[in-house]
Amino acid sequence: MCCSTGVCGPEVDPILPRVSGMLSQIAGHGVKVERYNLAQQPLAFAQNREVRALLEAEGPDVLPLFYVDGQLVLKGRYPDMDERSAWVKQAREHADASAS
Amino acid sequence: MHILTESLPVAQLLEQPMRYFFFTGKGGVGKTSLASATALALSESGKRTLLVSTDPASNLDEVLAMDLTSQPQVVPTTANLFALNINPEAAAAAYREKVVGPMRGLLPESALREMEEQLSGACTMEIAAFDEFTAFLSGDSASAYDHIVFDTAPTGHTLRLMALSQAWTQFFDANQSGNSCLGPLAGLEKQRTLYADAVEVLKDASATRVVLVSRAQKSALKEARRTWQELKELGIANQSLAINGWFTPTDSEDPVARSWADRQAQAVAAESAFLHSLPLYRAPLLPMNLIGLAALRAFYHSTEEPSVVLPTEAATPTTAELPDLNALADQLLESGRGVILAMGKGGVGKTTVAAALGVALAERGANVRLSTTDPAAHLTDSLGELSQSLSVERIDPKAETQAYVEEVLSQQPADMDSDSRALLEEDLRSPCTEEIAVFRAFARTVAQGEDGFVVLDTAPTGHTLLLLDATQSYHRELGRQSRTTQHSQAIEKLLPRLRDPDFTRIVLVTLPEATPVHEAASLQADLRRAGIEPYAWIINQMLANVKTSNPLLAARAQAEIRYVNEVVESHAQKPAFGIPWSPVEPTGKAGLQRLSSTKQQS
Repeated sequence: MCCSTGVCGPEVDPILPRVSGMLSQIAGHGVKVERYNLAQQPLAFAQNREVRALLEAEGPDVLPLFYVDGQLVLKGRYPDMDERSAWVKQAREHADASAS
Repeated sequence: MHILTESLPVAQLLEQPMRYFFFTGKGGVGKTSLASATALALSESGKRTLLVSTDPASNLDEVLAMDLTSQPQVVPTTANLFALNINPEAAAAAYREKVVGPMRGLLPESALREMEEQLSGACTMEIAAFDEFTAFLSGDSASAYDHIVFDTAPTGHTLRLMALSQAWTQFFDANQSGNSCLGPLAGLEKQRTLYADAVEVLKDASATRVVLVSRAQKSALKEARRTWQELKELGIANQSLAINGWFTPTDSEDPVARSWADRQAQAVAAESAFLHSLPLYRAPLLPMNLIGLAALRAFYHSTEEPSVVLPTEAATPTTAELPDLNALADQLLESGRGVILAMGKGGVGKTTVAAALGVALAERGANVRLSTTDPAAHLTDSLGELSQSLSVERIDPKAETQAYVEEVLSQQPADMDSDSRALLEEDLRSPCTEEIAVFRAFARTVAQGEDGFVVLDTAPTGHTLLLLDATQSYHRELGRQSRTTQHSQAIEKLLPRLRDPDFTRIVLVTLPEATPVHEAASLQADLRRAGIEPYAWIINQMLANVKTSNPLLAARAQAEIRYVNEVVESHAQKPAFGIPWSPVEPTGKAGLQRLSSTKQQS
């Protein structure tokens, strides 16, 4: 797919906009969020030793990869509803902790 | 009397010429011929003129007798004419290489392939070509010429993307959702202002003239009207319409000449409101393709009845006789079931061919489901006694697209910011969207080929099929999440079905002319890339088997031979099939049956 909404793909992946929504919520809590697309920012994939090793071992099917504070938390699929709300909650608690 | 009597000879396009000319229209209407004749005439009036071609199927090298490159070169034997050719596929490949190349050795091969496929879409190609010719609109390269003539024009989708400079800023500064056709543009960010300037030049009515090129044929005129409306909405006011290949019969006794004239009069009458809306020019039907500067020069000076050197005997030209659709239907019948796809570029008659094949199979007692995206219901009306074994289903691209767009938008989070929404909505107007929406309907229909024949006049491009391959893993994922729907099952099985030569048979439809043949050949290459081998080639609207005493039409029949031979010798794996030119609009059972036989009918 040339666009990550899946609009250009054979079928809409309904999870993609939800993941985008989750990321903007997390960012809204002051947590830095970076998102990279293989075709658009390949250097980010090449320069990360761990990501590169995963790609070499398992191929592009290993994507997407999710890292939180440098730790791989999810690979090969997008987070389900429970995982998404847990991550947003984590970001909110982080924000509250830094505020107090 | 028809409206074309109010039109101007095409040579008058040269009066008070603009600095920029854009010729646009669907494949095979003659935009390259018109663009090169215009450029030559401008150069011969003493102006330094550059001809920019972007047509991948063009035979401009042959027309100008030179090897065009992506750099301007003087055209041999002329003083002031320069030409270059931008191949959009090569431009897209160069762009892909710019992104992927530096990653070689840094990322594994499979990841590189994934990147390349993501950068192979229609959007990348459009944008890469626009990038190449922007230099001649707003860059330094333009200043060396008095006139610049393009044999293409950007589509509305490209122009909207380029004009969205707000969106660009937003996209590149905060690439958070990353969800846009602008994605492939990431490597071209520096050009942002250049693009915005280029769009302004296109809108400037005192600098730019856009000439919509068409034939006096229903589908070509409809396409021209659509382009006109879209460009007008984008503020491009200076548009004209040139009807190429206008036929004036000299001998009204010849039945073929008479029906040719009737068919074009009907096509023109159907679009009369559009034809009255903009300056109208006409160019006569010629007996052969324009090759060489002398022919191009003569083109602008020819009158309604071109004086041409005609073959001494205006007899039926000699070419290997091609088997007809009846022969193809007999062959197809043996398998008893499966999917038959008529593929080809717009305007070659895919719907007609699909319908004729459907009728021929039903006649032979097979159960046939004919599925068409053609909104013109008349084609398959009154199929009479065949209705038992032949059912007709219509896929409405507009309705499918609408449903798809609504589905996507309804899935967006309610708090989506307005910039992201605007970008997403632009994505949804991209050429990919309708293709994808129709694709979903297509997958549904193909699944029905398990128990009978399904004949379709539409098919996804090789690019979409490869995307499908790339996303199989996504569907496996869906399976794990037990979200498997009937819909995703149809999609999952689609590619294996299409790759199964015992289930799916693709017929490539073309006309016996240069551009349609070259476009069909590139379609074949695309399919092979997706692991699919076309079953047969069909050459539609052949004059070769039609007996005419009209010298012009006889000469055209002669000119066809070369392209028929090209198909038979260079492109088709098995014998190609031929359909004779039809004196009437082929509709209904009788009209469609007439196409299936090459035997002369009176």
